[in-house]
Amino acid sequence: MLQRMRFGCPSRSTPVRYDLNVSVAVQCQGLRKTYDGKVEAVRGLDLEIFTGECFGLLGPNGAGKTTTIEILEGLLEPTSGEVEVLGRNWQTHARELREWLGISLQETRLSEKLTVRETLQLFSSFYQHPTPVNVVLEELSLQEKADSLVGKLSGGQKQRLAVATALVANPKILFLDEPTTGLDPQSRRQLWDIVRQFQKRNGTVLLTTHYMDEAERLCDRLAIIDHGQIIAAGTPSELIERLTGHHIVEFAVSDRPANNGDAWSKLPGVQSVRVEDGLFSLRVNEPHETIPALLAEVQEQRAHLVHLTTRQASLEDVFVQLTGRHLREE
Amino acid sequence: MATIEQPPVATGPEQAVVTNGRWAGYARLLQMRMLELWREPEVIFWVFVFPLLLALGLGIAFREKPPDVTPVAVVAGWKANEVVALLQRSHEHASIRAEVLSAAAALDGFRLGKYALVVSMDDAGVHYRYDPARPESVLARTQVNDALEDAAGRKNPIPTASTASSEPGARYIDFLIPGLLGMNLMNSGMWGVGFALVEMRQRKLLKRFVATPMRRSDFLLALVSSRLALMLIEVALLLVFGVLVFHVRVEGSVASILLIGALGAVSFGGVGLLTASRAQKIESVSGLINLVMMPMWIFSGVFFSYERFPKVFLPAIRALPLTALNDALRAIILQGDSLTSQLGRIAVLAIWGGVSFVLALRWFRWS
Repeated sequence: MLQRMRFGCPSRSTPVRYDLNVSVAVQCQGLRKTYDGKVEAVRGLDLEIFTGECFGLLGPNGAGKTTTIEILEGLLEPTSGEVEVLGRNWQTHARELREWLGISLQETRLSEKLTVRETLQLFSSFYQHPTPVNVVLEELSLQEKADSLVGKLSGGQKQRLAVATALVANPKILFLDEPTTGLDPQSRRQLWDIVRQFQKRNGTVLLTTHYMDEAERLCDRLAIIDHGQIIAAGTPSELIERLTGHHIVEFAVSDRPANNGDAWSKLPGVQSVRVEDGLFSLRVNEPHETIPALLAEVQEQRAHLVHLTTRQASLEDVFVQLTGRHLREE
Repeated sequence: MATIEQPPVATGPEQAVVTNGRWAGYARLLQMRMLELWREPEVIFWVFVFPLLLALGLGIAFREKPPDVTPVAVVAGWKANEVVALLQRSHEHASIRAEVLSAAAALDGFRLGKYALVVSMDDAGVHYRYDPARPESVLARTQVNDALEDAAGRKNPIPTASTASSEPGARYIDFLIPGLLGMNLMNSGMWGVGFALVEMRQRKLLKRFVATPMRRSDFLLALVSSRLALMLIEVALLLVFGVLVFHVRVEGSVASILLIGALGAVSFGGVGLLTASRAQKIESVSGLINLVMMPMWIFSGVFFSYERFPKVFLPAIRALPLTALNDALRAIILQGDSLTSQLGRIAVLAIWGGVSFVLALRWFRWS
């Protein structure tokens, strides 16, 4: 099994916590959460999230993402482990921290009989120094829907409103639990823009997702979680490079149903081979070296190539490489 | 972890901000709660319209009917006119309608229920034909006989007098209106607090709220305040309705009624809070609420007096919050009693509300 990794700037040997240039927004060590003494949702998790970055927790359903983020949000008590948010902890500074965090939970259904504006007015009234409701409405392009009842909104609009209730807090850190699950591509892109805007104003974002493309495009750094543990962490490109090589060559051949893949792994530049439903996936560093050799090998075996593609490796490949499963597998 | 010094708080996004005062959250929570209620047509119906319909229906069903007139057939013939004349002279002349008919027509009418009694005369005297299975027939025989004997000059050994009583203050509707008031305060307290809370919990809205700096006490206070505001409307509507439609007389002071109403609303709000303190689904809390309310519907004297139950049950029945509320409302509305005379019942309500509230706060689940 892979060793758990500790985050931190690789170039620094001293702890980054009190560094003036890079301050830590969220930090946790040895986080564990056991439900009813049996189910281990989180099994020893260390995280360090820097101010101003967008950090992603990526993992399949049930990996422990929501439990982790809710512990960091102070909504769940960890069974053991330390949590520090903006240098404070939940036991002693809960009220202060609540003022600083903007939170969007998974699957909150806001009151359907209130309008968008009323909902935001309600949430803004809980904070000492909230962002004016009109500013948030404009930022999330909800002005036209401001006086519609929440019950009449589309899924994407509801999700944007959920994020708006977090932004109206005028937060220093934004926690988003699966903000785009179930949304159409356009709504997802809208939400990504909102997150980037918030980041531009020096906001810190922590989000969970099981969409690897989302994590790849939106997050500065991310941690891949499986079975309550971090199995890999780093910037998206680091992870892809470190764990899979740059490219994936996928192909299928006819006439050779029982091929064990041995022949393919000996091709130049191939790091590993995976077979799935007759489809071979080769992790390669240089496709232009591998592909000619591959074609020659196919010919030599007197097989027919029925499929051949080459693509950039993705986080999905990282996950498959690490766990042998796909992210979206149930 | 040893804290040497607080690290500098990371600077957040720079933006225009507004500043909220201490009670901003409470004010908005109350405002939004009232808006939500107002936009929920079912709430308007069950809280405001339904009790009025119930009062109207029951008030009409048990209204004072004009005195019954007993239809009597007198068989034409010997002395028939004399009998009719006697009846008309008697003290019962207003409640007996006598018609002179042939024997056959009289019997036919009697059989069809058109007449309660057939009176015929022969040498032996007056003969009554009545049906012992029909109460009004039995009653008619006694009534007519008494009227005839009296009018014919019977001397009664004891002089008697009767007064018909259907004055406001002693009618069924007078008993009913305070009972409905109490029941309505219970219903809307239990549903308005209990059901609403569980629905918010199921929607994960409670969890979302506690993820903000919202004061939990503000939230509960706003819920209770919204109950009080509704209570004012509920009490006013039902009382004004009773006064206008059924001429119910309100003997006690309006302030006392409102104070008892407020105590009832808060007390049942507490019971509703306790009922909803842990339930996760609206289905389960619906069952719980009905379970809690059912005994009080039956025993607390909403529709009929609980004095009809065996005496051993009465202390337990009087310890129920709805019994205390109904009794106190009746004493103040119907008898004009003062608040100080109701201290026992006030204590019962306060204890139910207070104990429920404390337990609810201990067990309450926000997520």
